[in-house]
Amino acid sequence: MNGKQKAHIEFTLNGERAEVAFAPHKTLLEVLREDLSLTGTKHGCELGECGTCAVLLDGRSVLSCLVLGLDAEGRSVQTVEGLADAAGLHPLQETFADTGAAQCGYCTPGFLLVAKELLAHNDNPSREEIKEALSGNLCRCTGYIKIYEAVELAAARMRGEEMELPREAVYGLE
Amino acid sequence: MSQNSDHKNFKVVGKPFRKVDARAKCTGQTLFADDITLPRMLYCKILRSPEPHALIKSIDVSKALAVPGVYAVITGKDLPIPYGILPVSQDEHALCVDKVRFIGDPVAAVAAIDEDTAFDAMNLIEVEYERLQTITSIEEAIMVDEPRVHDYGDAGNVHKKVHLEFGDLEEGFAAADHVREDVFFYEGNTHLPMEQHAALAHFDADDKLTLWSSTQTPHYVHRALAKTLELPAAHVRVIATPNGGGFGGKSDPFNHEIVVAKLSMITRRPVKVTLTREEVFYCHRGRHPVLMKIKTGVQRDGAITAMDFETFLDGGAYGSYGVASTFYTGALQTVTYEVPRYRFKGLRAFTNKPPCGPKRGHGTPQPRFGLEIQLDKIAEDLKLDPAEMRLKHLVKPESVTANYLRIGSMGLGKCIEKVVEGSGWKRKFRKLPAGKGVGLACSSYICGAGLPIYWNNMPHSGVQLGLDRQGGVRVQCGSIDIGQGSDSVLAYVVAEVLGIDPFDIRVLTADTDLTPVDLGSYSSRVTLMTGNAAIQAAERARELLSKAVAEKLSLPEENLAFAERRVFDVENPEVGVSFAEAVVLAESRFGTIGTVGSYTPPRSPGRFKGAGVGPSPAYSYSACVAEVDVDPVTGFVMVERVWIGHDIGRSINPMLVMGQVEGGVYMGLGEALMEEMIYRANRNVVHKFPSLLEYKSPTTLEMCDVKTYLVEDADPNGPFGAKEVGQGPLLPVMPAIANAVYDAVGVRIDEVPITPEKVLAALRAKAQGKDARYGPKGVPAVDWQEPLKVLTPAEGGDGREMPRVAVHS
Repeated sequence: MNGKQKAHIEFTLNGERAEVAFAPHKTLLEVLREDLSLTGTKHGCELGECGTCAVLLDGRSVLSCLVLGLDAEGRSVQTVEGLADAAGLHPLQETFADTGAAQCGYCTPGFLLVAKELLAHNDNPSREEIKEALSGNLCRCTGYIKIYEAVELAAARMRGEEMELPREAVYGLE
Repeated sequence: MSQNSDHKNFKVVGKPFRKVDARAKCTGQTLFADDITLPRMLYCKILRSPEPHALIKSIDVSKALAVPGVYAVITGKDLPIPYGILPVSQDEHALCVDKVRFIGDPVAAVAAIDEDTAFDAMNLIEVEYERLQTITSIEEAIMVDEPRVHDYGDAGNVHKKVHLEFGDLEEGFAAADHVREDVFFYEGNTHLPMEQHAALAHFDADDKLTLWSSTQTPHYVHRALAKTLELPAAHVRVIATPNGGGFGGKSDPFNHEIVVAKLSMITRRPVKVTLTREEVFYCHRGRHPVLMKIKTGVQRDGAITAMDFETFLDGGAYGSYGVASTFYTGALQTVTYEVPRYRFKGLRAFTNKPPCGPKRGHGTPQPRFGLEIQLDKIAEDLKLDPAEMRLKHLVKPESVTANYLRIGSMGLGKCIEKVVEGSGWKRKFRKLPAGKGVGLACSSYICGAGLPIYWNNMPHSGVQLGLDRQGGVRVQCGSIDIGQGSDSVLAYVVAEVLGIDPFDIRVLTADTDLTPVDLGSYSSRVTLMTGNAAIQAAERARELLSKAVAEKLSLPEENLAFAERRVFDVENPEVGVSFAEAVVLAESRFGTIGTVGSYTPPRSPGRFKGAGVGPSPAYSYSACVAEVDVDPVTGFVMVERVWIGHDIGRSINPMLVMGQVEGGVYMGLGEALMEEMIYRANRNVVHKFPSLLEYKSPTTLEMCDVKTYLVEDADPNGPFGAKEVGQGPLLPVMPAIANAVYDAVGVRIDEVPITPEKVLAALRAKAQGKDARYGPKGVPAVDWQEPLKVLTPAEGGDGREMPRVAVHS
């Protein structure tokens, strides 16, 4: 980027005011990872094909590889690093961890954020609604099943219901 | 292992604990290779060949070197030493020296101040090629001897030809009531891990090299770096970062790892490379396309009398694991149903495509696909229920197969019974309405390769334990977690033996400076081998603690139990000490407490050349029923549900086992219906679609429902009886779906992927009264060498090759 002028933006990042300077052609994904050192957001293709780099922009999921960093100016961005707070993990993070929904964990940040968006609009999604919402995210490890179970469990707990995974999800059928 | 039999009251084993690294992975804290940066780090870009087969006439890097911000440009001349994963296939160069063999072969590399500069400079490198005729298929490789893709191999463009014969085949076929010959094709496909390969090298001020890499085999990368860079191995450190998915695709030492190491040595700065998704397709090492012919003789009840198996593998442009892959296409046919006489002919071709290698199931899903469909056809010919026919002829536990594989525990019968009952097989098979169908298939997989990749007598896995006087336990092991949970398995196993909480254990893995060698995360070896090594190390530590505590409490050692972070008298549980106090007592008595454990697989009974592939300490088994809905208008196959039974021996953690089963079914579904690595033969053998969008893989919308049954029958060689689950459950899915498609619409699709076009073509053929089948018509005629003959155990064989009889022509 020799001799090229950097862009400078201010925005809200995981609830905090942030400012950053970067080469203006950079994607939000690159700005987050390279200029803000938030490497929790991953990349799988950088072409908008896999959902791995999903983050929330003003509460809506976007593929950060298809959004210019400049587009975040004045807006609110949430990444996986902003899901937990001092009080603990987000219920989705708890259930993804406890059910084995994160195997290699590489696609997990993207799934968490898209699932969070889903639960913000629908506190009791059906299995079909979960599949639909997550259909833009690829996972090669889990076959998605533990992910559905984690989302269902988190949704129930966020509704204040006591719920555990059904026995067959943990031990298989008798 | 003493832990296998008598433990009824496990505290950790068999419990669904979360993984030790689960929260890190859900918070973005896990550092993958591309997440690591170092001060003054340079970025690397690799120029790849646009030609599928060409001589390199010249390379001019002067324009690239002149770009401000470029620190080094290297070519094949800078890395002249060849390497490869197998000692017999040292046929790769980190950068091509004098010729390129596929589109994507690496030719030159740039290190620059940032990725954009590296990319711009890379595009200024001028390479002059002289095109060579391409070899595009197995058939072409067999027919066209010149030009050769490599100047080694069994003939022309045939990399490897093997021919093994166990027992008198002709006698076996003569004893058959029915003989079938079928031809199948299994298209190649790729691992598609979500994480692209990345590596960061740092050659430091003390002339020591450290490489962080997304690799499944840090030990083999360590060896390859020392060799190609001509560095003492003691000066090279490889740290495998958590793999963002592997599936076999990160098991070779890769050119980009060697390239960044070399660039770091030249520039004296850290250098990182992260492959683009397109480049990951060119790394490949995925499923070999396999054409196969199977001739099987059976008696009226379905008992197999003889099997003659012929496989042809399209290996792509390099050896990789290909010799092992070739043997694997012939190895495991005998471990499910009794096969008293068996012949295997296998041929691997070199072609101008990205190299094939090991993908989940390594060389065994392809023959299993053919075999399980053929058995379905045989059952129909004999008017037998395919489930009952299989159940009747299962290999016996504690037996030796015709090709000298020693079977331990064998739970396939229970797996079949579970899925037959759970799926409602008896009321569905051949009875569902048109368009709907069920199909059944079974399989088996190794729990770790019995032999290492390079010949040696050392353990396959080592574990080192350190106990600190405040009660902490450190487990060090060379294994690498690729998402399967191997770090967690180490913690669970040690926690079980020492009676502590798995989350009190610090697991330190996959660092060649700090951890004893484990051969790597491949061949489903990690739970069994590192698990056993960890048990041994933990038992040795337990012994030291027992001695010290027994002395202190004046109790016999055998009275002591380890549980709930305490060491206590089993007869009087209040009498005891905390685990931390026990460590203090032991350290006071014996000095610093550290123990080691190691694991070497038992020697296999086969003594013939080629007996090295197939033996394993144990075999897992799986049975699968798939239910499909086939649309006769579009040819579209929807898999509604899969019932799968898996013989796990014993679950160290059932929840993680479930995850592996479901993931295996998922990947099998993709291979069955859509995944394929294909090339445009008439357009320079260019990859048709090296992208995640167009290389179709199942999304949530295609993924089927999965009903899993875990069959537990502890294996004497497994840690606490455990067997593998990472690869086995993928294997039966593809043939079960193919058999279900036949049940649904009466057409045989004898190749994968089962695309709508193929289903429609077969339906059209059926409507026209032609062969209601889609698949290959035959296999190439090959002049096979005389077989290496081995008498079977039943014939009184000793596992050695029979003396050859001279043949005069």
